[in-house]
Amino acid sequence: MAIDWFPLWLSLRVASLSTLIALLGGLWAAWLLSRKGFRGRDAIDAAVTLPLVLPPTVLGYYLLVLLGRAGPIGRFYEWVFGEPLVFTWKAAVVAALLHASPLLIKSARAALESIDPDYEKAARSLGASEWRVFWQVSLPLAWNQVLAATALAFARSLGDFGITIMLAGNIPGRTQTVSVAIYDAVEGGRGDVARILVLVISAVALALLYLANRMARNQFGRAV
Amino acid sequence: MIDARIRKVFPGSRGSAPFELNIHLRGDSEITVLFGPSGAGKSLSLDCIAGFACPEEGRILIDDRLLFDADTKINLPARERGCGCVFQSESLFPHMSLFENLWFAAGRVARRERRGKVGEMLERFHLEELGSRRPHELSGGQRQRGSIARAILSRPSLLLLDEPTRGLDAALRQEFYSLLREARSAFGIPAVMVTHDIEEALELGVSMHVLVGGRIVQSGAPREILDAPATAAVARLMGCYNLLAAEVAALDPGTNRSRLQISGEDETRFEIVGPYLPGLLLGARVTLAVREDEIEFGAGLAGGVKLQVRRVVPLVRGVRVELSGGIRVTVPASPGQDELRAPMVRFRPQSLRVVKS
Repeated sequence: MAIDWFPLWLSLRVASLSTLIALLGGLWAAWLLSRKGFRGRDAIDAAVTLPLVLPPTVLGYYLLVLLGRAGPIGRFYEWVFGEPLVFTWKAAVVAALLHASPLLIKSARAALESIDPDYEKAARSLGASEWRVFWQVSLPLAWNQVLAATALAFARSLGDFGITIMLAGNIPGRTQTVSVAIYDAVEGGRGDVARILVLVISAVALALLYLANRMARNQFGRAV
Repeated sequence: MIDARIRKVFPGSRGSAPFELNIHLRGDSEITVLFGPSGAGKSLSLDCIAGFACPEEGRILIDDRLLFDADTKINLPARERGCGCVFQSESLFPHMSLFENLWFAAGRVARRERRGKVGEMLERFHLEELGSRRPHELSGGQRQRGSIARAILSRPSLLLLDEPTRGLDAALRQEFYSLLREARSAFGIPAVMVTHDIEEALELGVSMHVLVGGRIVQSGAPREILDAPATAAVARLMGCYNLLAAEVAALDPGTNRSRLQISGEDETRFEIVGPYLPGLLLGARVTLAVREDEIEFGAGLAGGVKLQVRRVVPLVRGVRVELSGGIRVTVPASPGQDELRAPMVRFRPQSLRVVKS
């Protein structure tokens, strides 16, 4: 039995990249949602949460319309980079991003909102700029929870199937991620390959969840 | 010196009435106390001064610096206001050591001197051995001292203290008071302190504003306010006053005396001699405030009022005797058998103060 490990590496690469993007964008969005009172905040919050509840096929459909070769964003992408976005491994990153971002935004917002406002008040009155308040006070206080959410988001992006297959397809050696490969193996009657990939991906997910739980625990000896 | 005129309105949410804070607060170079019950708007006032809340109207000046002016739309952010805040929950950053907490505040100190200044502050506040500890590894008193040291390091032009001794025991409080007095005068920083503890106000305050329901109802030295509360609400806050409902039964400008009909709890009625009350007519109803320790208590007082003892409560100094009619008296020692059997009280006319109800 020869196992092709490419799908696993691809999945890890896709999940890492999408988690990183989601972390950067999610922190910013979470900070905006938790600290700035603006109109339409609840609407944005709902829109951000939507990917958590919609069926993957619905999300995949939307993305195809937007990012496909005839879609507005897809055409723009092709004009800039000279190649289509859909049916490449980058499309798989977009698919994973749709799972990772809502998780990160939600958890990071909850973490930022659970910080005792006196800490930020104290920091500001001590002359710290908003930038310094965020990086030296808010983020370190919320860091454990954010890190735990990042681990969860990574595990979640590792496992996407529906959006990936609609947007990136199932091209072995190019866009076939591990969940797609498992489906392919089962369909093709290669039960032993499916079994090994299933076990590996389960072990990775379990380890990540264990890590997330450990990290969510408080480190300062008091509630923050 | 601080001069703050603040008006801020919170529309009432479902079921609750709107709250309006409307004050004109002035403080000199010493400690100014903002005294009042919970929910009077004390902490909100501090938030407005520090720049954490934005008033609808008013003007806030520290020395000659304009921090806020509603008319010209000047509203300095908190970091430029130079207010050193010490909160009720000690707000040392839990993810930093004590040293790092102080370092964080020393941004206005020149880089080369920073390490020295932080060390100096730790020493002054008796924390020199504890710089490497995290806040949760310090005692409550040490944390509160660290908060003050950190606030002073940021070179504020005004200290804002929000119930800083909450959660500290009596001994630590005393220690904190002397440290605060010492540090404040050594660095010459004026302070505004919020408290609902009259003893703390007397201990630290040079001037005091009493805040009730979003308004300043009386200003003056803490001692003066304790001796002459302007309204029944202020007298109640002092915690040592009897409030009596009285009706003017007779007025005699010749002897400078009046007779007052008192109606206490449980239909207790008695008449006492009071001072002449100018500007009042016969039959006028007034509220009298009488300090518990200014009422004479004993057996067989000539011209006294006979009452019954309901309860004797030991205090730190002396005892409080609760009598029928809801009258409370504090005396230095426990009452004897005679006094318990036939207790009498006598009111000195000059101890009866008419207050606005």
